Amino acid sequence: MQKKYSSLFILSLALLSTTTRAQETIYPAVPQQGTTAITHAMVHVGNGTVINDATVIFEKGKITGVGAGLTTPANATVIDATGKQVYPGLILSNSYLGLKEVANGVRGSNDLVEIGENNASIRSLVSYNTDSKITNVLRANGILLAHITPEGELIDGQSSVVQLDAWNYEDAAYKSDIGQFIEIPSFIVRQRGRGFMRQAQASDPLKDAFNKVETLKKFFTEAKAYLQEKNHVANNLKFEAVRGLFSGKQKLFVRANEVKQMLIAIDLGKMFGFKVVIVGAAESFQIASILASNNIPVILDNQHALPSTEDDDIDQPYKLPAQLTKAGVLVSLSDMSENTKQRNLAFNAGTAATYGLTKEEALSAITLNSAKILGIDDITGSLETGKDANIVISDGDLLDMRGNQVIKAYIQGRDISLDNKQKQLYERYKYKYKIN
Amino acid sequence: MKRIFLWITLLSVSVISKAQETFPVNGVRDIRSGLYAFTNATIVQSSSTKIEKGTLLIKQRKIIAVGATVSVPEDAVVVDCNGKYIYPSFVDAFTNYGVGAPTRPAGGFNYGAPAQFVSNKPGAYSWNQAIKPEVNAYEIFATDESAASGYRANGYGTVFTHVKDGIARGTGAVVTLSTEDAHRSLIKTKAAAVYSFEKGSSTQSYPSSLMGSIALLRQTYLDAKWYQTKPTTEGTNLSLEAFNASQSLPQIFAADDKWSTLRANRIANEFGVQYILKGGDNGYQRIDELAKTKASYIIGIDFPAAMDVEDPNDARFVSLADMKHWELAPTNPAAFEKANIPFSISISEMKDSKSFFSNLRKAIAAGLSEAKALDALTKTPATQIGVYDQVGSVEAGKWANFIITTEPIFSSNAKIIENWVQGKKYDVNASEWTNLAGKYKVTIQNGNTSTDYNLEVKKDLSASIVGTDTLTAKLSVNESLIKLSFPNKKGRGAEQIRLGGAIVGNNWTGIGTDALGNKTTWTASLVGTIATVSEKKKENDSTKALAKITFPFVGFGNETIPSQETILIKNATVWTSEKEGVLKNTDVLLKGGKIAKVGNNLSDATAKVIDGTGKHLSAGIIDEHSHIAALSINEGAQSVTSEVRIGDNMNPEDINIYRQLSGGVTTSHILHGSANTIGGQTQLMKLRWGATDEGLKFVGADPFIKFALGENVKRTTSSNNNRFPDTRMGVEEVLNDAFDRAVDYQKAMKANPNTRKDLELDALVEIMNKKRFITCHSYVQPEITYAMRIGDKYGFKFNTFTHILEGYKVADKMLAHGSSVSTFSDWFMYKQEVVDAIAYNAAIMQKVGLNVCINSDDAEMARRLNQEAGKIVKYGGVSEEEALKMVTINPAKALHVADKVGSIKVGKDADVVLWTDNPLSIYAKSLYTIVDGVVYFDREKDTEMHKTVANERARLIQKMLGDKKAGAPTRPATASLQTILNCGDHEHADTMATIYENEKN
Repeated sequence: MQKKYSSLFILSLALLSTTTRAQETIYPAVPQQGTTAITHAMVHVGNGTVINDATVIFEKGKITGVGAGLTTPANATVIDATGKQVYPGLILSNSYLGLKEVANGVRGSNDLVEIGENNASIRSLVSYNTDSKITNVLRANGILLAHITPEGELIDGQSSVVQLDAWNYEDAAYKSDIGQFIEIPSFIVRQRGRGFMRQAQASDPLKDAFNKVETLKKFFTEAKAYLQEKNHVANNLKFEAVRGLFSGKQKLFVRANEVKQMLIAIDLGKMFGFKVVIVGAAESFQIASILASNNIPVILDNQHALPSTEDDDIDQPYKLPAQLTKAGVLVSLSDMSENTKQRNLAFNAGTAATYGLTKEEALSAITLNSAKILGIDDITGSLETGKDANIVISDGDLLDMRGNQVIKAYIQGRDISLDNKQKQLYERYKYKYKIN
Repeated sequence: MKRIFLWITLLSVSVISKAQETFPVNGVRDIRSGLYAFTNATIVQSSSTKIEKGTLLIKQRKIIAVGATVSVPEDAVVVDCNGKYIYPSFVDAFTNYGVGAPTRPAGGFNYGAPAQFVSNKPGAYSWNQAIKPEVNAYEIFATDESAASGYRANGYGTVFTHVKDGIARGTGAVVTLSTEDAHRSLIKTKAAAVYSFEKGSSTQSYPSSLMGSIALLRQTYLDAKWYQTKPTTEGTNLSLEAFNASQSLPQIFAADDKWSTLRANRIANEFGVQYILKGGDNGYQRIDELAKTKASYIIGIDFPAAMDVEDPNDARFVSLADMKHWELAPTNPAAFEKANIPFSISISEMKDSKSFFSNLRKAIAAGLSEAKALDALTKTPATQIGVYDQVGSVEAGKWANFIITTEPIFSSNAKIIENWVQGKKYDVNASEWTNLAGKYKVTIQNGNTSTDYNLEVKKDLSASIVGTDTLTAKLSVNESLIKLSFPNKKGRGAEQIRLGGAIVGNNWTGIGTDALGNKTTWTASLVGTIATVSEKKKENDSTKALAKITFPFVGFGNETIPSQETILIKNATVWTSEKEGVLKNTDVLLKGGKIAKVGNNLSDATAKVIDGTGKHLSAGIIDEHSHIAALSINEGAQSVTSEVRIGDNMNPEDINIYRQLSGGVTTSHILHGSANTIGGQTQLMKLRWGATDEGLKFVGADPFIKFALGENVKRTTSSNNNRFPDTRMGVEEVLNDAFDRAVDYQKAMKANPNTRKDLELDALVEIMNKKRFITCHSYVQPEITYAMRIGDKYGFKFNTFTHILEGYKVADKMLAHGSSVSTFSDWFMYKQEVVDAIAYNAAIMQKVGLNVCINSDDAEMARRLNQEAGKIVKYGGVSEEEALKMVTINPAKALHVADKVGSIKVGKDADVVLWTDNPLSIYAKSLYTIVDGVVYFDREKDTEMHKTVANERARLIQKMLGDKKAGAPTRPATASLQTILNCGDHEHADTMATIYENEKN
């Protein structure tokens, strides 16, 4: 049978020559037809292994074979990836994508934070905007899945995982309502301003913090009692919303950076039998062994940050993923940058690799580890048979800006467009200035 | 002897001498001479003159004689001071005693509130509410017994007082701490004029920053001088009149830390005045620089207490610098003495004045001589405020201001018995007059039975009954009344014997009850003395300060500032950023702070050789847009603030200097923020870690100024903006109007040399004359275009457009105008004006032919600018060589310093970075960052320093814990938060222990 070859080179040329399409005509891809085989690739599986000159075969959106020396099925669309690198689709393990568009000064584009201390019942998924102008930019850098998380004052609401090629949020839903987000208040007493700019503290911040922790515990204690009774005189949506936490279907994602905050999070988990994930975890290097022995995974979302104190190792935030990994903590990397809108996820892994992780460990921190933490590692996170065909092909090393050039990506086997508004504006002005 | 003192106590209740001459007397007049003779005292007249067994004679509130052989007039009240010491009472050169403390209106400072543009003080005063030279402390002074007694208890008799409010605070007065009436206390009306950097209670928006305060004060000096020409346009300005009138007085500047005293001194130098600098309590950290000011200082001794660092979570956020300061602060006065800097010690800003003497002793233990300590409390402050002819020593003709103490004043048991102010006695520890120490025979008479006890009394009145057993007795003395009780035997079942009575002559007598409750009478008589046990000097290790002074005084500072070396880097891949491109296997010799040679097989016998095999050498990175190492960034109170200068408020101790060196940065352009259309003057600096604020500055660079357009300057995020402009149309007119004014100003200056010199317009004239250059924060294409048209209209160009995220849309126009551009690699969507920002911007602009820079505007990202440049290869495919130029030679060109830095070229400054990998790669780490041939960052040494910091922290934490255990007072651990300034433009991924000082609104 005749094999359909398509050269990546020609493909990329085709992409670059797209000059007139608007963002609005970048369509979600049609379901995968037939079988696709990516051949002669260097395959980074996501679980720590690399296979040279390997083939990845997928069909009906699922991976059916990964390995060196596989026979390419007849009728398969063959993508010759000689000299290219193949990766699992990257997962943004903590994201405001689709909830917040323009960060500052445009209140109407911001759906991230609801009013009130306790919003256990709200769901990020229903507000997720598939038409965000940010989404296509992320895809072009290999990010194919995102964990959409609400923010708030204390109990923020429920999060979901979406895939980034959809017409609407129901299409986008990859795994719905996987967890509840809470915030632990800070125990650092801050003074704002200096000298005559100094502002007085409105109230005792430590007392406020302890009160909030008390409020959290009270809520979960009462929820537990409520959920043990089948019939209620009055239904309580907030209590109902945490049923999954008690049953183990949902995880408790705790935003915490300070040691005290994290210890309280661990305590909450023990107290109520919750599966706890710590999000932020800037100071976690101090309690790495405690996190490991309690099986608490972390999502680090601010690696490109300054050290917490002026006396810290100047590279402390860069070293954090390696410090935790070596202690046996399951680490996922995210990137909550407001300025780059999370497009640099892969480079967080690159930094982690520069400061102590192996490149493949660093890759796991933005793929398989993230999938494990989000409870989707049975269907994605690595290039393994049976999992969804969430695949990225890059010209070179995805973790280094010198190699990162995504030329093709598949979500559930769908051959998605890598075009975006930025590329279109690039084309528009190349046209104006007659440059290449 | 005791009796005399009782009598004096009674006497002092009445008025010693006549009341005010002009005041009517209600009753019978009672005029007294107030003639006293203090005999047999050790009189310390001053630090240099001491009289043993001397006599001090005072009359009519003044000292009339002092000496060893003074004859005592018959009508003098004689006070026998045998065994006592007399010192001049202390003088404080910086208080607000008796004039109140103005408070800021409730609610504090609110950036979100509508702006207040001019002073709300009614009358013909300054436009600015913080300029109040017309305030005279003597006009509002009133005595305040409760405040005065606090000062007197610590030996003070005279203070300089002023209203601690504002930048020009007006004049202060000298008053004594006698509180009979203000007429007598006020001994000098206008003693000195006082200034500060703090606007105090002013509700006016301007100034809102340290550099704004500095600019305002500088302009005030100019305005005052101009006002002497009696300009009709100004009318009467009482503030400027008062300012001029007070120039002949001593000038005191209330600065703060070491750097701020240096800042104040620069203003003094500029305007030819000499300040007395109040501040510098951490002066020991830069004592050589402080000595260079030739100023005299007023310092405090409010040494910080140990922090409670038991919880490691709390200890973690206390910086090494703060802990070291805790250990070293008591060495500060000694450092001033050693450096020969005249200084006085002020108590007025101590949180707890009870620790005054113990802190003085700490300072003495740390090396301050007792003579200098006494000078700092008497002669020096009196001299500073111009009243040494009246107070400050025990000399005839001066006010009778002196203290009587039990022992030499600085010894640990010394007590002030009385503090005499202008001939009026104030008791401090009156009971200390009587030394009851000795052996007594106590006889208790119960009917016919009498029982004798041997009582031993120590100086501190601790007492015991000595017999078969030693029993602890309780003794208390109040005036001449005495109470004594002790148990009748040792152990359980003991009953108390209680006695009460009075001291009568050398005997004690009274009534009491015995152990059985029987009524008794008793007497006690002195039978012998107790040998005083000489005080053992506690050699306590904990008093030794071990911390080292580092430059700068923070973790990762060096004990000695690293010096210039001759360095030969062998066999590296050299990214020249010149037409030579990337040279493989090449040697580079750095000598005399310059790049001496580039080539193969270089050698130099004196050079330190660094093997560059497999490594990459690039020019030091230049960050065109940064906000580190400054104490304020935005003076946003007005739309045009070209008078303010970032260089006035550099902070050379910002740890981000060191952190950025680790990212290969060697030169940074520190910009004013984007709070207003015409912001402040910028400062180009080299990252010389350990230098002073002045030492950071890039010498010989063209001056620049920051402009800003768009959302920030129209205060988009403020819900109640009342400051023009609120639209981009208005922004354009702010520019138009400013230069329109500048044109007229320039004409006026030429026509009439008496035209008011205006610092704001001076900067704009410099721009028009191409002596100052613009870096303009800008985003969207219309504003970029109209800015250039304003430049065309007034004959200058916009040197650099920074941010410029829509630059790709008007790249051709900017090329025609001749601008450089400085942008981010991949930022977008963080506000409305960047929704069209694209990562291909830099590549497009570069391909159109513009000089493109990649900048940080972020203290963290500045550490990875090499990677940011790398992204320009990814987005838009410029060559790696061209991409690296965007953070080296291109910003050097934009900043007009390409002849000195930005590339590896013989003759240029030796500012280079040795990388482990291709410098555009995320895997590249710097190994060495070299500025002027000085290795300021060495990755191996950094690892060592990190250990040193950790060890030193551990030592100090243990020492603080030890202090706490030993019962020393502690304060809660206070997080030493890092202040990260930014232009208020976008979010920053800093850290949790950070204060954001976003001064945008």
